[in-house]
Amino acid sequence: MLLFSALVFAAATAAGFIGSLTGLGGGVVITPVLALLFHVDLRYAMGASLVSVIATSSGAASAYVREGFSNVRIGLFLEIATTTGAIVGAVIATHTPTGALSIIMGVVLLFSAYSSTRSHEDHVETTADPLALRFRLNGEFPADGRTQRYTVQRVKAGFSMMFGAGVTSGLLGIGSGALKVIAMDRLMRIPFKVSTATSNFMIGVTAAASAGVYLRRGWIVPDVTMPVILGVLAGSLLGARWLSGAPVRILRLLFAVVVGALAIEMIYGGVTGKL
Amino acid sequence: MNVGDERLDRVVSGVLRSGVLLSAALVLAGGLGFLVSHRHDIPNYRTFHAEPAPLSSIHGVARGAFGLHPLYIIQLGLLILIATPVVRVFTCAAGFAFERDWTYAIVSLIVLALLIAGVGFGL
Repeated sequence: MLLFSALVFAAATAAGFIGSLTGLGGGVVITPVLALLFHVDLRYAMGASLVSVIATSSGAASAYVREGFSNVRIGLFLEIATTTGAIVGAVIATHTPTGALSIIMGVVLLFSAYSSTRSHEDHVETTADPLALRFRLNGEFPADGRTQRYTVQRVKAGFSMMFGAGVTSGLLGIGSGALKVIAMDRLMRIPFKVSTATSNFMIGVTAAASAGVYLRRGWIVPDVTMPVILGVLAGSLLGARWLSGAPVRILRLLFAVVVGALAIEMIYGGVTGKL
Repeated sequence: MNVGDERLDRVVSGVLRSGVLLSAALVLAGGLGFLVSHRHDIPNYRTFHAEPAPLSSIHGVARGAFGLHPLYIIQLGLLILIATPVVRVFTCAAGFAFERDWTYAIVSLIVLALLIAGVGFGL
């Protein structure tokens, strides 16, 4: 038991460390690592992953909020979609065989490995969606000592995609930060820094919505989750300290390769019925 | 963004930080207690059997934690962690109501209601 906890703690620390350095969130690798390396049942692994997602989100969001990047209004407004989706996703998850869940997870992992290697550029547009005006979503953020204003586009499309991100989060016990960032950055044309900070802020609330379902179903086990969340917290704190001067590009690529390999293992395990 | 928003941001940030710290402390304390008494157990989480009912309900966890059972102390820490974003949304609702921003007070309350419904849907 000591060895098991120590090894899980070490793996979770590494995941949290790389996750916070690359901004991809280590949560996405927790479930496959627990299921494939430590032979933990997929449902326990998803429960531990979901709770660790809340831990890193709340930890990182407290810093982001103070720096003024995240937009609380956009976050809350879109959380209506993500929490509804998360509850739907979690209820579906409790009625889905684990083999199917691990295949879906593999596909989502492949997608995040792919999207993490792509670069981002901001598009500044001057006209805003009338809904963005109605809900006062447009905002500003600190850039190079000045405040940069931005407007929000395609609110309805973004809102719908957020529902999808919520379903994915509840179905797989992940934060689905990648999908949230795509909805805000690509669809709603919110600046990338604001999108990632706001996404981080939203992840905890989304995960909390499905955590109730997971808890009542007995998927959240204290002895498995304990080393995971302590490790992820320690790792992300270390990562935040070391942020400047880190070879982020190489780390991103490395992370993408690891996630891709885990994805293929998950799909294989699901198809052969081992998971 | 106005001055009120900035103050709300600071309160929200504080709520998140204290939730995570309190939870981590409980999980660490419970975890050490658990490892001391179970250090020779062989871990086996390969097969799924739903957690015993007391560990899956808020009431059961609170009772066990007051009895100082290590597993229940860990679980209490996890529950506090899960509750942290819920408290955050509640703080936002109160903050927006205080600023008389009724649109966002209602938006926050809808999210809060959905979060509470999530626990009910686990049945």
